[in-house]
Amino acid sequence: MMNSRQKSIWVFGDYRNYFQNRVTLQLISRAVDLSRIISAEVCAVILGHEIDEYIMEYTAHGADRIIAVDDPVLKNYNTELYVTLMEALVKERDPDIVLIGATDFGREFAPRMAKRLKTGLSADCVGLDVEADGLLIQTAPSFGGNMLAEIVTSRHRPQMATIRPGTFKEIPHNYERRSLVEKLPLMKNLPRPRIRLVEYERSVEKEHTIENAAVIVCGGRGMGNKKKFKKLNDLAKLLNGDVGATRPVVYAGWADHDALVGQAGKHIKPKILFSFGISGAIQHTAGLGEADFIIAVNKNPQATMMKMADVAIVGDTSDVLHTLIKELRKRIRD
Amino acid sequence: MLKLIVCLKQVPIVTELPWDEQAGTLRRDLASGMMNLACLHALEAALQIKEQYSADILAITMGPPAAEEVLREAIALGADRGIHLCDRIFAGSDTYATSWMLARTIKQECPDYDLILCGSYTSDSETAQVGPQLAEELDLPAAAYIEKLEIHGRTLRVRRLVDNFRETLEMEFPALVTVSLENYKPRYAGLSGLEAAFDTGNIDRLNAADVGINKSAIETDGSRTKVRKVFLRKANKENILLTGTAANVVGDFLSKYESKISWAIGKDIEEDRNDE
Repeated sequence: MMNSRQKSIWVFGDYRNYFQNRVTLQLISRAVDLSRIISAEVCAVILGHEIDEYIMEYTAHGADRIIAVDDPVLKNYNTELYVTLMEALVKERDPDIVLIGATDFGREFAPRMAKRLKTGLSADCVGLDVEADGLLIQTAPSFGGNMLAEIVTSRHRPQMATIRPGTFKEIPHNYERRSLVEKLPLMKNLPRPRIRLVEYERSVEKEHTIENAAVIVCGGRGMGNKKKFKKLNDLAKLLNGDVGATRPVVYAGWADHDALVGQAGKHIKPKILFSFGISGAIQHTAGLGEADFIIAVNKNPQATMMKMADVAIVGDTSDVLHTLIKELRKRIRD
Repeated sequence: MLKLIVCLKQVPIVTELPWDEQAGTLRRDLASGMMNLACLHALEAALQIKEQYSADILAITMGPPAAEEVLREAIALGADRGIHLCDRIFAGSDTYATSWMLARTIKQECPDYDLILCGSYTSDSETAQVGPQLAEELDLPAAAYIEKLEIHGRTLRVRRLVDNFRETLEMEFPALVTVSLENYKPRYAGLSGLEAAFDTGNIDRLNAADVGINKSAIETDGSRTKVRKVFLRKANKENILLTGTAANVVGDFLSKYESKISWAIGKDIEEDRNDE
């Protein structure tokens, strides 16, 4: 028997910050992979005003179909309107899966949309797979990335997930590709928005926080004293990074509370983490689950932090720090 | 008098992470808990509103018996009363179910609220979904990740930074916000405050039946998602040990990993050509 119903995977077109944030393209790419397993089409949904550019881009990057609502009312992102529109579209078309980038907007918008549709939603996924029967396996981090959970929405549709930017690789563009483009009119009788956007501006300051720093230099009690701890700033500065601290160090007043890394503080995900004089109590390591590459320096090779590290350097923390700074200063080319 | 509700969550202290292998869920009953950090920021925002205007603060939490501690802590810090939703049948609820249960409780126990404050995310499951879903369940205007709020009559004005846009939003009460970690640094309760809070009877414990929830309602309105399995992220590390003089280990390290550092900082690193 032929199943006449065409399965469909939707990707929400989050195009704000298009050039920095490629998450929609990354999701289209993953949707293309998944669509082959369950014979589905990949559909990008774009709400906004003057969005032809995105119709072209999403097509070039792999979408089979585009559903677009282009109207001046949709010029700015608006959670309430977008939820109402997506609710109407989903109810009419009945997609199997809806993927949304875990941007700040996505993480505010997707929960309301899932609730409105009375379906499940997983958050900030770092993996997506699909079983032959169409069940979406959503892998999401928890406990600061130390653990991963496999989540499924078995009885409700669509299956919804927000996905962390950078998880998947976009398909290179091909401007010869064609898709089926449906431009739909804005629906009538939209509710009056209750939230007024008084003002907004693209933030000019680079949003540099320890949570998004590529390099972090963390120090613990093993630095010895405040003066020696402060030397970590020099290494961090040299590497455009931030300094993090353990709880005892914050309590001792060597570092501000803002620098606290761990369960009671910040969860970090640097490409490189230097860890100086840290034994590796779970209260601290709970915040390190997503550090890519860890270099630990400690006089005690048995410290937990040394066992967790990719590179464990045994030695006096201040000596190693001093030498490392000196050598890097000689080698880094701007 | 403004009526504020603060939703709080007790999260496990991760010294041990006991989880139920069979059920694939965390054995919260075995882990000791603390108040989630972002919830403390939400409470702090409520306390500052209370100091500036006249306000009544109701703290609500859902969780096992031990979760009552976060309500004691909230009262010690200045909340007026607490509601503890506690029932075995709530166990394993996802954000869909949790927001529904909280909404039912709020509609029944404090329907005339002006503002609901939640933390922007929790340190255990990190979904950041309960706040927005509670707003949807109660049909409220809401803003997530707020850094600052002001009240002008019945109008709430909030500032936030989302996706590199600095936004100022306005909405009328009743409304909901989730508070980020940027601002509203939490105050800490002194020991005497905590002791006093343990003597007050301002906490109501409600079970499922008290808020009109039974097994069949959970079938219809309960969790949509299921955790099939929880596993530790694979430690796929070489764990290379370097020993020797500082000059030697740093030299070894840089010659092996300078390309990695170069990649992380986006700058070239070159071997020093002039040997000293």
